[in-house]
Formats: sequence, structure tokens, C-alpha cells
Amino acid sequence: MSEKFDLIVVGAGPAGTSCAFTAAKNGLKVLLIERGEFPGSKNVMGGILYRKQLEEIIPEFWKEAPIERPVVEQRFWFLDKESMVTTSYKGLEWGKEPYNNFTVLRAKFDKWFADKAVEQGALLINETVVTECIVEDGKVVGVRTDRPDGEVYADVVVLADGVNSLLAKQLGFHKEWKPNEVALTVMEVLKLPPKTINERFNVQDNQGVSVEMFGDATHGLLGTGFLYTNKDSINVGVGTTLSSMIKHKLKPHELLEHVKNHPMIQPYVEGGESQEYLAHLIPEGGYNTVPKLVGDGVIVTGDAAQFVNAIHREGSNMAMSSGKIAAETVMKAKETGDFSERSLDSYRTEIYDSFIGKDLKKYKDAAHTFEENPQYFKEYVPMMNQAMNTFFTVDGTPKWEKQKKIMKKMTAGRGKIGFAKDMYRAWKAVK
Amino acid sequence: MNIEEYKDVWVFIEQQEGQIIDVGLELLGAGRELADKLEVNLCGVLLGNQVKDSASELYAYGADIVYVIDDPILEQYRTETYMKAVGDLVRKYKPEIFVYGATSNGKDLASAVATEVMTGLTADTTMLDVNLEKRLFEASRPAFGGNIMATILCKKHRPQMATVRPKVMKKPEPEQGRTGKIIEESISLKEEDLRTKVLEIVRDTQKAVNLEDADVIVAAGKGIKDEKGFAMVKELADVLNASVGASRDLVEAGLCGHDHQVGQTGLTVTPKIYFAIGISGAVQHVVGMQNSDMIIAINNDPDATIFNASHYGIVADAFEIVPMLTEEFRKALKGVEVEGVTSDV
Amino acid sequence: MNILVCIKQVPDTKIIKVNPKTNTLDRSSAPAILNPYDAHAVQEAVRLRGEHGGKVIVLSMGPPTARMAIRKCVEIGADEGYLISDRRFAGADTLATSYALYKAIEKLQKQEGIDLVLCGKHAIDGDTGQTGPGIARRLEIPPITNVIKVDEINTESGEMKVRRKIENGYEVIKTTIPSLLTVEKEMNEVAYSPMPNMMRAARYEPTVWTVDDLDDVDIKQLGLKGSPTIVGRMWPPEKSSGAEMIEGTTKEQVDRLLSVTLEKRELFGVKGGGKA
Ligand SMILES: Cc1cc2nc3c(=O)[nH]c(=O)nc-3n(C[C@H](O)[C@H](O)[C@H](O)COP(=O)(O)OP(=O)(O)OC[C@H]3O[C@@H](n4cnc5c(N)ncnc54)[C@H](O)[C@@H]3O)c2cc1C
Ligand SMILES: Cc1cc2nc3c(=O)[nH]c(=O)nc-3n(C[C@H](O)[C@H](O)[C@H](O)COP(=O)(O)OP(=O)(O)OC[C@H]3O[C@@H](n4cnc5c(N)ncnc54)[C@H](O)[C@@H]3O)c2cc1C
Ligand SMILES: Nc1ncnc2c1ncn2[C@@H]1O[C@H](COP(=O)(O)O)[C@@H](O)[C@H]1O
Repeated sequence: MSEKFDLIVVGAGPAGTSCAFTAAKNGLKVLLIERGEFPGSKNVMGGILYRKQLEEIIPEFWKEAPIERPVVEQRFWFLDKESMVTTSYKGLEWGKEPYNNFTVLRAKFDKWFADKAVEQGALLINETVVTECIVEDGKVVGVRTDRPDGEVYADVVVLADGVNSLLAKQLGFHKEWKPNEVALTVMEVLKLPPKTINERFNVQDNQGVSVEMFGDATHGLLGTGFLYTNKDSINVGVGTTLSSMIKHKLKPHELLEHVKNHPMIQPYVEGGESQEYLAHLIPEGGYNTVPKLVGDGVIVTGDAAQFVNAIHREGSNMAMSSGKIAAETVMKAKETGDFSERSLDSYRTEIYDSFIGKDLKKYKDAAHTFEENPQYFKEYVPMMNQAMNTFFTVDGTPKWEKQKKIMKKMTAGRGKIGFAKDMYRAWKAVK
Repeated sequence: MNIEEYKDVWVFIEQQEGQIIDVGLELLGAGRELADKLEVNLCGVLLGNQVKDSASELYAYGADIVYVIDDPILEQYRTETYMKAVGDLVRKYKPEIFVYGATSNGKDLASAVATEVMTGLTADTTMLDVNLEKRLFEASRPAFGGNIMATILCKKHRPQMATVRPKVMKKPEPEQGRTGKIIEESISLKEEDLRTKVLEIVRDTQKAVNLEDADVIVAAGKGIKDEKGFAMVKELADVLNASVGASRDLVEAGLCGHDHQVGQTGLTVTPKIYFAIGISGAVQHVVGMQNSDMIIAINNDPDATIFNASHYGIVADAFEIVPMLTEEFRKALKGVEVEGVTSDV
Repeated sequence: MNILVCIKQVPDTKIIKVNPKTNTLDRSSAPAILNPYDAHAVQEAVRLRGEHGGKVIVLSMGPPTARMAIRKCVEIGADEGYLISDRRFAGADTLATSYALYKAIEKLQKQEGIDLVLCGKHAIDGDTGQTGPGIARRLEIPPITNVIKVDEINTESGEMKVRRKIENGYEVIKTTIPSLLTVEKEMNEVAYSPMPNMMRAARYEPTVWTVDDLDDVDIKQLGLKGSPTIVGRMWPPEKSSGAEMIEGTTKEQVDRLLSVTLEKRELFGVKGGGKA
């Protein structure tokens, strides 16, 4: 029989690497298996990295991690065809240590992060696909890879293999995700000189902006567009649930072209040289679709466990925290030598006690509400734009009269009661 | 090393089975210009078995002197024997510049000789010149990655050596009646002392694509994307009775064999018409086809550099225009086909 | 039979970009890889070890990151790896490279005994293919370049038979052991490495030598100082006058193209060179 490890982690994304890092740091013998040429080579992320969860794993990571820019301004754009309503917050304190969050390019970041895990003693094997978990007497005892002599054994296998998680599916932990449980996001990295980026976004060299876009970015469908500033490139992307795409016969690249050519967005991306084009699924089912998280000798983390807050586009932070909790769970189990589902079950309770469980629960109806009620994106965003237009156009009408007019328009479609209901429902979904 | 002692421009004349191959003659053309500028002799170096008679042929192509070593031991190319023979000649007659064809044997020999006589060697050059002021040989080649040419100098060592791809230089028109001098040398090696022997030469003429002799080449690059795109291009080539060429990226994508590759690390071609379809125009590709009589580029990017190297440019989606072209050519060339058929009958 | 393979870490030239304004290479844009031809050489060495026993030792000259390329060779099955790495080696052309590698091989020869040396046909960053024959000359063993097949190795008689690729064919060459072969891609397929090799490679630390670890080195022959060739000038290739652009609808473009090419319609009658 080939070598045995304390822990095998499948997938060197944020979840897997956090897990491998934490376990290796605490003296476990860890094997981290990644199918890409190197960690990050296949990974897609719009690019916001939240500080707190990574800081708990690597203090002051920003001093050495390949981050692009600390985000000092968060903008929200509500787009109509030729107009937008915006709100934003800019805080210069976000541009100083310890910062709030950062833009990153995953190809660089994941590689750096995985190297950190290797420094702690984890063994990283790239270009190797885990094809299945080896199950003996109902217990997961290792993994089989696509390589010759490819079986490796361990006390526990942590699945951090991302949104599709074929491995968890093989174990019967979840079914095929339904089209409304995943969003398809496409994005492009456009190279631009730092100076141009600074001018267009009104920031300085070490300052970044994140823009979230609603409304016409997705043709009014459930979903969002985004624009993030890197050092010398910007990420532009858009995503909507797979079900909407299918229903409206949208092709991913057409949607992205639509965003890039939108008159409100085009001036920001103009002249950018395409460096990468990526399409990827994001789990968005939320709380209601979290699969079975623990089995005998196996734990599921990160996207594989559907730990994503679709509303706030948080995923990597949940991935990191869940990876860390998984490692800690294995360390505890190691003390007793019991790797059964019962012993590992503390992972599940800890997840639900952490911000992951709480946030997922809080937003559990959000996607659902918006998907079932297309008027939010399709009607209210254009309405908001019209309202602003009416209000700010100087034409001699008194302001109070304008307000009345606006209210009338807003409620015209669904009636006053319907409108109030919608607002309440939306507020409940995201509050 | 006293650099002053080194004079003359030398060209290695490669022969295959006793026949002088073209690249040596092409290099005599280029070497003539260098020798004239430097006001020195142009010399050919001819090694082989019973090759002495061919030496005089070289005068017509510009050689003033031909160094010949005629010995059965040199019948086939072997690094061991050729390196020793050429090394001895260099040490004795001290050339200033020495160029070789970048064929399998030429590259092999030049590399070995460079170490034997401890001098610099520039590989796969595409432009040769001299800087008269500094009296330096300037050997230029496309460098690394993309749109860059680099001139390589060898300041303190002699001879200054380079290999040059076949077909990059033009073979001069022979000047009948031009004469020169033969200097014969001998080789001191004996067969018993040698460690290598060529047992057999297998020429695989069947398989050869023979792009180098083609009149019309339809070449495809990464822009045609996949098998289907390549099939589309092959169909056009078929209709035109043309050979199929490819960029390195297409070869590396596994869509066709390396023997179709045009460019610095592939073949240099000089057809009458060269179609470049979905090829971006990186120097490494362009150096392999720039001497074609008519170059037609089809690319959907109006800024593609291939247009700079072409005679006619079409900005279009290959997937749209190529099938149309094929169809129109098919119609227009029917006559040619019919002729063929009738003569058969 | 111990086989030494010279291997080089190169930027992946498929990806490397040139900055058109400064004419410099954007090295950061290209990940470093094992020179593909060298991978074939290591694979062949592993095959030969399977038949004749012995060890496969890889040797590289380069910066410390070249350890990654050596690990890749361990994945393929190499037993040991040596890296010679020192600022004094830097800036070497092929003559200085072959000298440094030769000095390292000499030391390994004493330490382990080397029966065969393999190199790649060429390194894809420079495409010169000059290093291999250079090393052979210094070791005073026969070089056989562009080898596509090792037909036979007879360790008793100390002879081997190989095929060397030439234009439109190949030669069958008999040579002695030791020799130096440079390897073409046609030699083999690089196998998908088994998991135990992957794990061994991930843990493997090659031996790193500096100039001082080598014996009787003439410092003047190393690095930039020992390199007769230097890069004089870099420039973007001249843009020729450019093409006459054929504009219009696709149909109009096709028509115009037909009219310019059909002037030479006789060319389309027979296939150039007879074959395609
Ligand atoms: C376009 C887009 C924008 C996003 N924006 C943000 C954002 O701004 N901020 C944020 O926090 N989150 C964002 N997310 C979400 C975030 O990217 C994910 O939540 C996070 O990457 C999940 O981490 P993970 O480790 O669970 O999975 P992944 O990052 O998907 O990593 C899984 C890894 O496992 C490997 N793997 C998979 N299967 C196998 C196998 N069988 N064998 C071996 N290896 C395997 C994969 O190659 C991959 O490296 C975004 C996602 C997308 C798609
Ligand atoms: C040392 C070295 C040696 C090399 N030797 C060679 C060599 O011998 N030969 C060689 O070819 N290369 C060589 N290269 C590689 C060379 O630098 C280029 O990478 C290569 O030529 C690019 O191939 P390409 O034009 O097919 O692909 P790309 O550069 O990817 O270009 C594809 C082109 O197709 C166009 N296109 C895309 N879609 C369409 C469409 N639908 N219709 C029409 N056009 C479309 C694009 O606009 C683009 O211009 C070498 C490189 C190095 C570093
Ligand atoms: N720095 C180096 N270290 C080890 N081997 C090298 C190095 N440079 C060249 N080689 C070997 O020489 C071959 C030809 O390289 P080149 O002459 O640079 O084209 C390569 O395929 C390697 O086998």
C-alpha cells in the first residue's frame, strides 16, 4: 500500500489551501492535490478578497501577499439603458492598514497562498485530478487520482474541489445543482495603464474601487455585473443564474459584450486589452442547498459546500474559514483517533455557529425572492432612473409635484399595495 | 589570439551524396557582398569523397578560393571527421567570417567547430552585414518570443561564425567563366581511429510535404482554431492544388505535423503565392515566408502584423470568407480541371 | 549504465510577450517550464535505465528557480538532480554554458561514472542547439545530434546504434559508449507520471553547486566574461510598406482576390513539388 497521510485535501483554492495550511502548521501530515498546472491556474474570481478571514490564518498577510489594490471605495450602480442611479461609500481609512478588503488576481494569489501551505510542510501535487474517494466499509479512506499508481490514503479527506464538487456528488452528499442554484459568471481581465485606471476611477496608485451593477447590466435579470480595479488591469464581469440564461437564451459572452458596451460602463473599459476570458459557476442556492457536510472520514468545504453569499458576493472568505475549521476538526479527531462522521460532526455545528452559517441563513431567501419576482431588476431599477430624471430635470415644476408624479409612476404597475409588498419582501431578503 | 591575422569570408559548402546542395550557393551570394565590403576573398569549404571536380562550379557563384579536402573518410558527414578537418583548416588559414547553412549537418558542424576553435556562433540568422568602421560581422536573427530582431556580435574571437537557414538568402545567378583557385588539404584521421560510422541513409521522400518546392501554399494559423477550421483550409488548398503550411502554434496545437511548419524553426518557403489565414505575423513565422512572390493575408484583426508583411490584406472572418473563396475558386478553376480530364481521355 | 541528462528551465515562449514600446521581454508574463525537448531526453533516459539499469542524473545550470525544472525531471523518473547556480555563471552564451556544464559533468563522472549524456535538440528560448555538441567536444566523446531513436545499446561491446534525423529522412549511426545524443520530439511520448514519482518530486531537493564546488575551473571561461557573442542591438523588424487592403463586402473581397490570383491561374494546375 502506498504512503498514508493524516489528511488529504482535494483542491488548492482558498478553502483547500486554508485547510492544508492550518493542518500542516499544526504538525499534521498533509497532501494537497490540485488538478491545475499550479494553484490558481484554473481559478476564477471577480477579485475581492476580504481581510478578516485570511488574517486569522496568516496575520498581516497584506505585507507579502500578491494583492492588487486595497479597496477604498465601493460603488453601486443601478443601470437603465442610458442612465444610472448610483450610491457609493469611499473611506480613506480603508486605504490604510489593516485595510478592509483587496482586489486580487487569483492566478497569482492562489499560487502564493499554496506556497505558504507548502512552507508549513504540506505536500502539494499539481496537475493531478482526483477521480474518486476510496470508500472501504462505508468509510472514506483515501482518494484515487488519474495517475498510474494513483491511490493515496489518509485518515480524513477534505473536499475543497469547488462548485461542481463531483466528489461530494459521487458520495451522494448532493444532487446535481439545479440551474437556479448556480449562477454562471463570465468575466474578462482588461489590461490598462495604471494611470488610466487612476484617472477613470478617481483614485491613487494604491487605491482600488469595486463597482457592483444592477439592472440593465443583466438585461434586468437576476444577477449582477461588476468592475474591479487591479494594479494595471480591470476585471469586468457579469453573472446571472443559469436558469435565467437558459430561459432567455442568453449566451455568456453576449452578456459580457452587452456590459462592456453599455454607455455607462464603456468609458471605464475602453481600450483595455483583453488578457483573460473566464467563465465559471458560482453556487447561489445558499442556505437551502447546503449539502451533507460530513461523512465517515470526509468533510466538505468552500464552494463545494455551497458556502457563498450571493448577495454580497462573498465566497473566498467563507471558503477560507470553512477550510480552517475543517483542519481544526481533523486535529481534534486525531487526538482521539476517531474519524467517524460522529466525531467530525463538530465541523457542521461550528460552521453553523460561525458567520458562514449565520450569513447564509440571513440571506437564505434573497435569491429566491429576486428570481421569483423579476420586477425588482426589470422594473424598479428603470423606475429609479426615471424618478431621478424627473426629479432632477429643471423644468419649472415644483419639487413636491415631482415627488407625487414619481410615486404615481412607481406604483402604477403593481399598485400601491403590490409596491409596498415588494419593498418589504426585498428588505426582508437582504436585511 | 591576434585578430588582425584573420582574413577572408568562408562558406561551408554542404554536399549530400556528392551533390552540392543549394544553401551553400545561397551563402556564396551573401558572402560575396560581405567579402566585397571587407575587400577580402570569398572562400568555399568543400569536404567529401570525390568532390574535387565540383569545386570549380563554385567560382561561378562567387568563390575566389575553394578549400577542398577529398578523402573517402569524408564520404558521409560525421561530426568527428568534419569537425577535425574544418578545425584544422580554420587554424591554418584563419578566416575572419565563417557561415554555414542551418541544416541538420550544418548546425551540428558549426556547433562542434565553435567549441573546437573556441569562438562564438550565432544560430539561425536571417540577415548578415558588416560594420566596416569596427570591422565587425553583424549577424542578426529574430529573438525570443516575438517582434524583435537582435544583432549578435563576436568582438574578441575569430572566426565570427553564424548559421543561416536555407532559402533565406537568394541563390545568385551563376557567372559562367569566372575562375578561382583550389587549395587542397588532407585529413590525418584513419577509419580505425573513429568512433562513429554512418551505416545507412534512409531518405523518406514519400512522406515529405515538400513545401519548399511548392508554387502555391495555403498556410493556416491559430486563428482557424480547430480541426474543422483546418479542414476548411485544406479544402481550399485542394481546390488550388496547393500545399498546406502552418504556423508553429497550429503545429503545437497538434492540428498538423511539424513538417508543415513555416518559419524560423520550420521551413523557409518561397512560393509564387502564399496565403496566410489566421496567422498573426510573428517574426519567427514571417522570416520563413517573406520572400514569397505574392503574399495574401486573411485575418479578422485589422491591426495584425501579418498585413505589414503581405502584398494583399483582407480583414475578414476566415470562417466566412474561406468557404466562399473555395467555392469561387472551384467554379473559376473548373476549366483547369476539365483540361486535365480531357487530356487524360 | 548511468545516464546524465542536461536540462534547462526556459520561459514558455508560447506565452511570453514583448513590450512593443520598450522592445524588452516581459518575462513575468511567461511561466518557466522545463525545455520540452529535455523532457523527451529524460524520458528516454528513464526508458534506457529500465533496460540496462543504472541511474538517471539530471544537470542544469540556471537560477535557483531551475529547481522546479529538476523536480519535473524527477516526476518523469530521474533519480538525482544537480543544479549549478552562481552569479558567475550568469550571462553565458552557448560556449560558456557548455564549459560550465562540462566542468560539472567531469565532477559527476568522477563521483558516479557517466556512460551516456543526453541533451535536448535545442532549448526553445534561443533555438540554437549548440550546447550539446559543445559539451561533447569538451568531453571528447562523439556527439550525435537530432536523434529520433535509440535502436540498440550493447553494453558489452560498448557500442550503440541510433537514428539521426536529417532533411527528408534519417541516418542510422553506429557510435561508441559514451556518446552525447541530442534528442528530438519524435523520440518518445513523455508519459503521464505515476503518483509515487509526483510525491518524490514534490519533496525532492536537488544538490546545488556553486563555482567553488567544481574542480579546476577557469573563471575567465564562465558567464558573460567567457562568452564570445554579445547582443549588439535589438530592434523591431522593419515594417514593409504593408499590404494593399482589399475592402468591401465579403463577396467583393472574394471577387477582387480572385481577379488578382487568377492572373496566375497556371499555378493552380499542378501541385507544387508534386506532393502535399
Ligand atoms: C466570477 C466570480 C467572481 C467572484 N467574486 C468573488 C469576490 O469578489 N470575492 C469573493 O470572496 N468571492 C468571489 N467569488 C467566489 C469565490 O471565487 C469562491 O467562493 C471561492 O473561490 C471558493 O473557494 P474554493 O476553494 O471552495 O473553490 P475553488 O476556488 O473553486 O477551488 C477549487 C480547486 O479545486 C481544484 N479541483 C477541483 N476538482 C478537483 C479534482 N477532482 N482534483 C483535484 N483538484 C480539483 C480546482 O482546480 C480548484 O483549484 C467569485 C466567483 C466567481 C466565479
Ligand atoms: C524561438 C522561437 C521560434 C519560433 N519559431 C516559429 C516558427 O518557425 N514558425 C512559426 O510560425 N512560429 C514560430 N514561433 C512562434 C511565433 O512567435 C508565434 O507564436 C506564432 O507564429 C503564432 O502563430 P499564429 O499566428 O498561428 O497564432 P496567433 O498569434 O494566436 O494568431 C492567430 C491569428 O488569427 C487571427 N484570427 C483569429 N480568429 C480569426 C478568424 N475567425 N478569422 C481570421 N483570422 C482570425 C487573429 O487575429 C490572430 O492574428 C517561434 C517562437 C519562438 C520564441
Ligand atoms: N543552462 C543549461 N543547463 C543545462 N542544460 C542546458 C543549458 N543550456 C542548454 N542546455 C542543454 O543543451 C540543449 C540545447 O540548448 P541550446 O543550445 O541553448 O539550444 C538543451 O536542450 C539542454 O539539454
